[in-house]
Amino acid sequence: MFKSDAQRKKFITAMTHVVLITLSLAFIFPFLWLLDTAIKPIEETMKQPPVWIPKKLQLNNFWDAMKYGSEQVGYIPFLVYAQNTIMLCVLTVTGTVTSNAIVAYSFARLRWKGRDFIFAITLATMMVPFPVLMVPTFALFRHLDWIGTFRPLWVPAWFGSAFSIFLLRQFFKTIPFELSEAAKIDGASEWKIFRQIILPLCKPALAVVALFSFMGTWNDFIGPLIYLLRQKTYTLSLGLQAYQSHAGGTEWNLQMAATAIVIMPVLILFFFAQRVFIKGIALTGIK
Amino acid sequence: MNRKKEGIAGLMFAAPWLFGICAFMFYPLLMSIYYSFCDYSVLRPPVWIGTANYVDLFHDEVFWKSVGNTILYACVSLPLGMMFGVGLAMLLNSNVKGMAIYRTIFFIPSLVPMISLAVLWLWMLNGDYGILNTGLQSIFHIKGPNWLSDPTWSKPALILMSVWGVGNAMLIYLASLQDVPTSLLEAAELDGAKAWQKTVHVTLPMISPVIQFNMVMGIIGSLQVFAIPYVMFPGGSPARSAYFYATYLYDNAFLYSKMGYASAMGWILFLVILILTLGALKLSNKHVHYGGA
Repeated sequence: MFKSDAQRKKFITAMTHVVLITLSLAFIFPFLWLLDTAIKPIEETMKQPPVWIPKKLQLNNFWDAMKYGSEQVGYIPFLVYAQNTIMLCVLTVTGTVTSNAIVAYSFARLRWKGRDFIFAITLATMMVPFPVLMVPTFALFRHLDWIGTFRPLWVPAWFGSAFSIFLLRQFFKTIPFELSEAAKIDGASEWKIFRQIILPLCKPALAVVALFSFMGTWNDFIGPLIYLLRQKTYTLSLGLQAYQSHAGGTEWNLQMAATAIVIMPVLILFFFAQRVFIKGIALTGIK
Repeated sequence: MNRKKEGIAGLMFAAPWLFGICAFMFYPLLMSIYYSFCDYSVLRPPVWIGTANYVDLFHDEVFWKSVGNTILYACVSLPLGMMFGVGLAMLLNSNVKGMAIYRTIFFIPSLVPMISLAVLWLWMLNGDYGILNTGLQSIFHIKGPNWLSDPTWSKPALILMSVWGVGNAMLIYLASLQDVPTSLLEAAELDGAKAWQKTVHVTLPMISPVIQFNMVMGIIGSLQVFAIPYVMFPGGSPARSAYFYATYLYDNAFLYSKMGYASAMGWILFLVILILTLGALKLSNKHVHYGGA
C-alpha cells in the first residue's frame, strides 16, 4: 500500500492528528457552547436553527447572573456564595497542608511502635465509600450542634486525610536521612528539623496537596448539600442550582454565565499550575 | 533514650491524624453499624429493631431498581472509560506534535466542578433547544431522543457524560506510558514485532499496574455516582431510570429521615465494594506485571 516506510509513517501521523483533532473538538465543544450561550440575549438561546454568533454581544449577562435573585433576598446571592466558598477553601487548604505535613513527617521519618500497622489501616480507609460515613457523620455533627454552620466542612480538614498523608509520605521519604541525622547531632529538635529542613525541600509535594484540597472544596457539592441549610451560607456549587426552574423557562444564558464564572478560577489555576497538576495526578497512580 | 524520645515525637506528630481517624472514621463506622440495626430518624434517639432494615431492603422494589441502575451504569461506563482512557493516552504518547494542548483539552472536563457539568449538559440535552439533538438532526438527519425525559435514554446520557470525563484516568495512563522503557520497545522491534504486537506484548503488560489501579478506583467511583444524576434527574426521574444507589441512600437519609435504613444501605455498599475490590486485585494480579521500570 505504501511505497516506503517514511510514507507509511507520515500517513499514520496524519491519521493520529485527524483522530485527535476530532476528539478534541468533541471535548471542547460543550465549553464553547457554554460561553456562546452565556453572551447571548435570551431570545437567541431559543432559536432554531441555533444562533452561532450572537447579533449583539450581551456581556452584562455575567453581571445579571450574579445579581440573579437579589430582589427577593436583599443582597447579591452570588457574591455571598463566592465569599463562603473562598473562605471554606482558605480554611480547608491551610488545614489540609498543615495537618498532613505534620502527620506525614511522623509516618515517613520517625520510628514509633505501631507506625506501620496504623499506616496500613490509614491506606485501607481510602476504600471506605463516602455514603457509609454520610449518616453517622451527620449524626455526630448534629450532637455537636454544627448543622447549618461551616464547621462540618472545614474542621475535619485539620485532622489529616489518608490520601494526602500517603502522598506526602512518599515524598518525605525521598529526602536523604543524613540531613536529619546531621541536624540532630547539632542539637536540633524534631520540630526544627521538620520546619527548617524537610518542609522547604518538599514544597512541590505540598503544592500538590494544596491544589487537590482547593479543587476538592471548590468543586464539593454533597458536603454543602448535607450541612448547609440557609441560603446565606450556600457555596457556589449549591448556588448554581438556583437558576434551574422545573416549571420550564430557565434563563439558560444566565445559567451558563454563572457556570462560566464558577469554572473560570479552576481553569486559570490549571493554566498557571499545569505542571503541579500533571505531576500530582501522575503521583496518584504510583503504588 | 534517643529511641524513646523519637517515639514520643512520632506520636505527637501523628496525633492530629490519630484523633482524626478515630473521630471521623472509626467512630462513624461503628455508629453506622449500630444505626443500621435501628429505627433512627435523627430527631429521636435510635431504637433497636434488629435486622428489620436489611429485611425491608430485600423487599424494597426501589432499592432493587437503584441497584440495577447502578450496576448497569458501572458495567458500561467503566470498561468504556478504561478503553477510551488507554486509547487516548496511547495516541498522545505516539510523539505527536501539540501533545500538551490535546492533553489539556481532554483533561478540562475532569477539572471543573461536577455541578457545572451537570447544568451544562442539562442545557446541551435540553428537549427543545438542546444543541446535541440539533446537531444530530442537521448533520446526520437523525432525530435525537429525549435524553432527559425518556427512561431508555437517561442512562446512556449519563454514560456519555462519564466518557467525557475520562481525562483524569488518561493522565495517569499517559504518565505510566511515558515510563515504559524504550529499550524494551526497540528490542521487540529488532525481533520483528509489529506495532500491535508491541502494544499487546510490551506496552500493555508494562502499564498493567496502572490499569488495575484505575479499574479499582473506577469500581469504587462508579458505584457511588451521585452529584450529576442528583442534579440532572431529580428523584431519578423519568420512571426512576436514573435513580442510583447513592441517590436513593441520600434520599432515605435526608428526605425521608430513615437514617437506620440508609445506614444499612451504606454497609451493603461498603461490603460490595470491598468484595469487588479484593476480587479485582486478586483476579488481575495474575495478569498484572510488576517490576521493570
